[in-house]
Amino acid sequence: MTESIRMRRSMANMGRGHSGSAVFAVALACALLVGCGPGGGGPAGGSGKKQAIANVGSDTMVNLAIAWADAYSKVDPTVSVEVNGGGSGQGVAALINGSCEIANCSRKFEEKEIADFDAKHPGKEPKEFMVGYDALSVFVHKDNPMTEISMEELQQMYMKDGKIAQWSQLGVSNIPGAKGEEIILVSRQNNSGTYHYFREAIVGKKNEMRLGTVDMNGSKDVVDLIAKTPNAIGYSGMGYATPAVKHLKVSRKKGEKAVEPTIATTLDKSYPIARPMYMYTAGEPAPHLKKYLDWIISDAGQKIVEQTGYVPLPKK
Amino acid sequence: MPPCLTHPTSAATHAKPKRGQVGVLIERAIEALIYLCGFSAIIFVFGIFFFVFREGAPFLAKLNLGEFLFSIDWFPTSQTQAKYGVGALIVGTLSVTTLAMVIAVPFGLGAAVFVSEFCTGKVKETLKVVIELLAAIPSVVWGFVGLTVMSPIIIKTFQVPIGVNMFNGALLLALMSVPIMVSIGEDALKAVPDSYREAGIALGATKWQLVWRVLLPAAKNGLLAAVLLGVGRAIGETMAVLMATGHSVRIPHSVFDPVRTLTATIAAELGETSKGSDHYQVLFLIGILLFSITFVVNLAADLIVKGIRKK
Repeated sequence: MTESIRMRRSMANMGRGHSGSAVFAVALACALLVGCGPGGGGPAGGSGKKQAIANVGSDTMVNLAIAWADAYSKVDPTVSVEVNGGGSGQGVAALINGSCEIANCSRKFEEKEIADFDAKHPGKEPKEFMVGYDALSVFVHKDNPMTEISMEELQQMYMKDGKIAQWSQLGVSNIPGAKGEEIILVSRQNNSGTYHYFREAIVGKKNEMRLGTVDMNGSKDVVDLIAKTPNAIGYSGMGYATPAVKHLKVSRKKGEKAVEPTIATTLDKSYPIARPMYMYTAGEPAPHLKKYLDWIISDAGQKIVEQTGYVPLPKK
Repeated sequence: MPPCLTHPTSAATHAKPKRGQVGVLIERAIEALIYLCGFSAIIFVFGIFFFVFREGAPFLAKLNLGEFLFSIDWFPTSQTQAKYGVGALIVGTLSVTTLAMVIAVPFGLGAAVFVSEFCTGKVKETLKVVIELLAAIPSVVWGFVGLTVMSPIIIKTFQVPIGVNMFNGALLLALMSVPIMVSIGEDALKAVPDSYREAGIALGATKWQLVWRVLLPAAKNGLLAAVLLGVGRAIGETMAVLMATGHSVRIPHSVFDPVRTLTATIAAELGETSKGSDHYQVLFLIGILLFSITFVVNLAADLIVKGIRKK
């Protein structure tokens, strides 16, 4: 029996060193260091080969970016766009480290990130392209009788030390299937672009978010959780709406007219929680990147924005 | 290089000098390879420890250890004043693990006793295979089950506002650590000499008395080691708890409150932090903290097993 326990435990056991193993530890550490350098994702330079564009970033934009990449493979078969999500922060980091050509960002570069970029790429600046809009909808369970909410109320719910924690404080009672009065606040992990934008737009730059929100790891997860939780409220991209959840109209102040999240209200800026989406390149884009970005803001590219549930740029 | 490579082997100096030259080389190469395999576990653990420590250590200088460990203010991306308090996360990890063990220990050890003492033949074989199968289910699948299947059931059954919570996570962790407990617990019981059983039966003990008064005390160290390894599994688990606990920074007041664990925090946040930033380093510090916790648990299990060997 001890034999078997020892076998199982050998991997987990790290208490005892051996002087000879120090050499190996150093060697391994070196290997790890090399392995963790930025993956060289430069465009394939070979003639006749497909040119690859590494496109990394915002989780909010990932569905859109994939749709663009698919459609573009028919427009220009010599280019293949490889899309990765992970979040705006990941896109920024990848652009700074040089492991992608285009970073998707559902927010602007922060000053600190621009400074980091300049330090790595002297003489270059991250070049910004606005590619569409994303409207954040506030979702509740489909059985929730509520139809509208004000930004003040949202702030009091999501802000640290905010005053609203019970559904009755919003004048809502008897949500079918709900247990108790507690509002279950659904949020996102604290470095997602959606979280950053929501915090800035609703809670305010100087305030902290409330601790104790249920932080989901993706835009779709937020909607899925609300669909299963009658007590919940949360925010996610307008395009993530499903029949199992209901979006609320949002007003800037209580008593003012609440606005439905739609393309029209996003473009005329009457819907208060909407933001532009950006793509960034490191300095002036190379010709094949420029061609891709031009196609994205063309009518063909913008049509895909609308089809995937986001808001296209206004027609010129 | 390991010392074995410098050992002169006697084969070279004795008979068959022709084959010897090649033979010795092959012998040495294989010896070195086996040596390397043996050491690889240690090498990897040290390498990982070194790497994690290297990433997290720079922040130690800036860190207020008391605040880090006991504050519940986790605002790593704050725009006014970033705060790194993992108190709530530690409580989350410990509470989920404890609850998981409360569920898993009776089932795990009970199953071990049943498999080892009460069933024979085909039943025993089938049970063992099924339990091994339970261990083979990937944790992300468990997490998915927790999120989509168990969450609505928990809301309905227990009349609570949210279904992804400590109980949901603990239930999954219990299911994941039971197979480890069963197989190691069974080994521990098997190691109790049959003469104990024979003596018990000869004295007229019932099966229950035999298990309770003779086998459990005799195998208690092995069973404790089984439990501690289950604990180690539960603490280190990431994917399932990330999906099923609700991932919410708070001190839980009941088992149906959502919580957030140390592992899930690293998994959720590391991907999007820029390398070398404070947030990044703090996440690696959490890694060091986890490393220390599992180390202590494993060491305890190890010392207990050693206790058995002395007997």
